[in-house]
Amino acid sequence: MNYWQPPRIRIDAIAVWKRNIQVWRKLIGPAVLMNFGEPTLYLLGLGFGLGHFVGEMSGMPYLAFLASGIIASSAMTTATFEGMYSVYTRMDPQRTYEAIMATPLEVDDILAGEMLWCGTKSLFSGIAILLVASMLGVVSGWQALWVLPVVFLIGLCFAGMAMVMSAFATNYDFFNYYFVLAITPMFILCGVFYPIDSLPELAQAAVQLLPLTHAVALTRPLVAGGELTMPLLHIGVLGLYGFVGFYISVALVRKRLLV
Amino acid sequence: MEHIVSARGLVKQFGAYRAVDAVDFDIPRGSCFGFLGPNGAGKTTTLKMMLGLSPQMSGSLEVYGLQVSEQARQIRARTGVVPQADNLDPDFTVIENLKTYASYFGLKPAVVGDRLEALLDFAALQGRRDSKIHTLSGGMKRRLVIARALINQPEMVVLDEPTTGLDPQARHVIWSRLNDLKEQGTTLVLTTHYMEEAERLCDELVIMDQGRILAQGQPAALISCHVEPEVIELRGERSRPLGDVALRHGCRVERLGSSLYCYTDDSAPFVSELKQAEGLTFMHRPAGLEDVFLKLTGRELRD
Repeated sequence: MNYWQPPRIRIDAIAVWKRNIQVWRKLIGPAVLMNFGEPTLYLLGLGFGLGHFVGEMSGMPYLAFLASGIIASSAMTTATFEGMYSVYTRMDPQRTYEAIMATPLEVDDILAGEMLWCGTKSLFSGIAILLVASMLGVVSGWQALWVLPVVFLIGLCFAGMAMVMSAFATNYDFFNYYFVLAITPMFILCGVFYPIDSLPELAQAAVQLLPLTHAVALTRPLVAGGELTMPLLHIGVLGLYGFVGFYISVALVRKRLLV
Repeated sequence: MEHIVSARGLVKQFGAYRAVDAVDFDIPRGSCFGFLGPNGAGKTTTLKMMLGLSPQMSGSLEVYGLQVSEQARQIRARTGVVPQADNLDPDFTVIENLKTYASYFGLKPAVVGDRLEALLDFAALQGRRDSKIHTLSGGMKRRLVIARALINQPEMVVLDEPTTGLDPQARHVIWSRLNDLKEQGTTLVLTTHYMEEAERLCDELVIMDQGRILAQGQPAALISCHVEPEVIELRGERSRPLGDVALRHGCRVERLGSSLYCYTDDSAPFVSELKQAEGLTFMHRPAGLEDVFLKLTGRELRD
């Protein structure tokens, strides 16, 4: 069997997405608390605390700058957690995939459903942050709703990469590498807390290769107002990362489970 | 007779190790067919290949007349699977497990509504429909896994060691459920290393070891073909000198540690001699599948 044969996307994937949303509904209390609690703390704590000293950044109140960046980084971390810890749990210790693969569904369908679910969870987190940000008065207008499909795309993008990590993982500690070497650097460097043009030139070029930079480049003008530059490039980069991640994860999980 | 599964020259290799080594078999529709073998014999791999969950290296494998390598999805849609280890969804209750599993087959809730009740009855879990999975006993979980495998009304149910780890009561319940299924015309394919299970359930079976099929046939025919009809088992130090006596009476003798297994067509003379020996305990029983199994696969430990 050729493990690298291109994945087929079928409507069957929805069954896996539905399974996950049903489990999520059972635990909706803590899930919603997490969606609202964390960004609210960031926005209030850093936005007002640090904002008091910073004042404006890139011509907007620091709270607006921060909110429009956090909406992207939250989509990233939400999808990353789901694509690593939850996907790995269902694949390995919980054997959920083994059970699903005894039905007509294939690895392609399972991972497509998981990815869709990661995007959905990112969307939930995006809705929560947008609500909090608008109550704090830092959302520039109704056009900010366009950020929701973008947040969904950011979720797909990071889900693909996280699932690659799950396919390689043999235990949960393995994920620390990806957090320390990929997620945390992006969180710090990709323009969530300060504009990337304040980085050294070499670093500026380097962060252009990272997907979170392109995610923030879309969410900031949409939420806080301002000109959206080269949207197709940013969407393309996010889509490419997501697609490549999905492809590699499907091949690796086939190799792992179809033995 | 119509065959529901046909394998010819089936091979599965892991590196230098041949897990399944050029195996041929046919499974008649409506029968209960067993794969009997020690750990590592290649039984589970063979089942996984039948479902398209373990790519075959060479040979041909047809299920329902479809090539597994081409149409595994269609085959799985018509098959029920009971895996070796329970993989029920711990995030759901009993009834939710059945409903969710139905959705993987693309079955609409309206279609499976009545079926769910029938399956809860079948599994004797009506009273536990809203229980969490981790509160169920081992036997209940096993019954639920079997009920789950029937959600798509399969033509064939594949069971990988269906009663391993269950207590005798639970095993008997599972056996009676499997018999019910067979009576309804469902083909059953199972792996086991319990001889009793194979003798009770299987119409036909193969004995596998190290990836090969060593023998094939109906349980009774296998016994009469491979071993003498009676066995006398002797244990302990006092049995040591009796080996020669057994041989003198024409028995085939096997030793394992201090135990003797004497196989014979006519036990009467040997048994009457043993009865005269004061304080000697021995067991005299008809030969069974276990004797065939041990004769063909040897008595050394498998890990």
